[in-house]
Amino acid sequence: MNKLKKMNGRERTFLLITIPILALFFCFNTLPLIKGVIYSFTNFRGYGEFDWVGLRNYADLFTDARVGKSYLFTFKLAIVATIVVNVLSLILALGLNSKIKFKSALRGMYFVPNILGALVVGYIFNYFFTYILPAVVKMMGGKGDSILASSKWAWVAIVIVCAWQSVAMNTIIYISGLQTVPEDVYEAGSLDGATGWKKFRNLTFPLILPFFTINMVLCMKNFLMVFDQIMALTKGGPAQSTESISFLIYNNGMAGGQFGFQSANAVVFFVVIVVISVLQMNFLGNKEEQL
Amino acid sequence: MKVKVKERVNWPITILLILGLVTVIFPLYLTVVIAFKKPSEMTNSISGILSLPKSWSFSNFAEAMRVTDFWHSLGNSVLITIVTVVLSILIHSMIGYVIGRSKSTSKFYKVAYLYIVSGMFVPFAILMMPLVKQTAQMGIDNIFGVILCYLVFYMPMNVLLYSGYLKNIPMALEEAAHVDGATTWKTYWSVIFPIMKPMHATVAVLTALGTWNDVMTPLVILAGSDVNTLPLAQMTFQTQFGTNYNLAFASYLLALLPILIFYLICQKQILNGVVNGAVK
Repeated sequence: MNKLKKMNGRERTFLLITIPILALFFCFNTLPLIKGVIYSFTNFRGYGEFDWVGLRNYADLFTDARVGKSYLFTFKLAIVATIVVNVLSLILALGLNSKIKFKSALRGMYFVPNILGALVVGYIFNYFFTYILPAVVKMMGGKGDSILASSKWAWVAIVIVCAWQSVAMNTIIYISGLQTVPEDVYEAGSLDGATGWKKFRNLTFPLILPFFTINMVLCMKNFLMVFDQIMALTKGGPAQSTESISFLIYNNGMAGGQFGFQSANAVVFFVVIVVISVLQMNFLGNKEEQL
Repeated sequence: MKVKVKERVNWPITILLILGLVTVIFPLYLTVVIAFKKPSEMTNSISGILSLPKSWSFSNFAEAMRVTDFWHSLGNSVLITIVTVVLSILIHSMIGYVIGRSKSTSKFYKVAYLYIVSGMFVPFAILMMPLVKQTAQMGIDNIFGVILCYLVFYMPMNVLLYSGYLKNIPMALEEAAHVDGATTWKTYWSVIFPIMKPMHATVAVLTALGTWNDVMTPLVILAGSDVNTLPLAQMTFQTQFGTNYNLAFASYLLALLPILIFYLICQKQILNGVVNGAVK
């Protein structure tokens, strides 16, 4: 109390603001995180009694085929989607940043997919992949099975839906990057004979590298946590071929009686996300500095 | 010598970009035509699905509203989004201000800053199961609980944005107000809070888009109650739509419309907000 009095008004006000907000943050972020870690050492099913099982959940994680499969699927999806999205959105951004007619209308239109809810978009594409695409394939003489029903190809449908929405976002970020490139850089470049691909490779791309970093990090993080699209398109099927890590944790942890086991999965997932984010930022950050 | 290239409209690229819009418009077109059709018009051929409806009937929409309890879901979504956005602007700007002003001089606030911002790395998947238990125990497995969760989930990003923005606001402003005898609290609300208006817009856009479209948080926290948000209702009533895709698509269209209308009105602010949020 004495100490509180000694502080000046500004410091006291700051502290009175900070403490309740930190308490709230602790309550709904740190506390559940700690509980999650604690549950991961138990065989809790989500209800009833439970025992401590030590590290058994973690040992089981590494031998569980379904968990392994979901990690493989999630990473395959995240890597492929990140590459597809960044290539497409860079091309689109270059187009939308060139001297075109109806510039702002086109930019506005291309952004629309991003504002729509992923779940509803997923349901619409679900219909497209189930009925329309097979009908088109059939007309062209193919077999016309839905790719959502194929355990080999269903993941491609998910990449397409993820990309449809993310391209919009990444394009806008690339455009704002391209706008930071001053016109005279190009003029100087064109005097040196830089055109087309060479111009892009040696002039444009290095200058928008920070925006590339943002997009890579955003994409990877979002795609690794993919959930809504899975829920709307495949519900993890067929034959558990499209279970993302988040989906598996939700599905088996909440309803499947694996609360403890999936908590261990979530802890590992958390560590994986942190490691990837830190690596990505260090790696891409270093590259930026070298330029 | 600079050679001034005359600015000419690049028509090939313009045309390619317009053609490319098909990829954006087609799914929306599909949604609209199916939503207005009768099930009997849906023949098995593609032309039957893709052609314009013979008569534009609103009966699917009326039915979809009834089945999904549309107005309730819409009301819940609007309530959650607006309360979350308003509280985020008030609370996150305040903590962002305090931390932004103090983190370079005080170790405590430096740690608080890192503590909150590192929350960005915590995936919802790990919080999900404990949060369900916790909100149920606290008796807030309802809309209030969802809002509290959002306030915490968006805090890392918003604190980062606000404290970053503060670097551009000179201390002299506060000091002047202080000399005039205003308290810190009053100075904040009358001087700093209004100046941060551009950042309020960014925070509002990002938080609103995120909460409006979010499915996972209400899905797990409101589970077991019959309270729905607009996206959640589409999932809840999947089984009732059955194979009546016209009904389902009418419902999807209804779920997409509010945000589309909102985007039409505030397109510029939304685009600015999204870019600011990502680039900062």
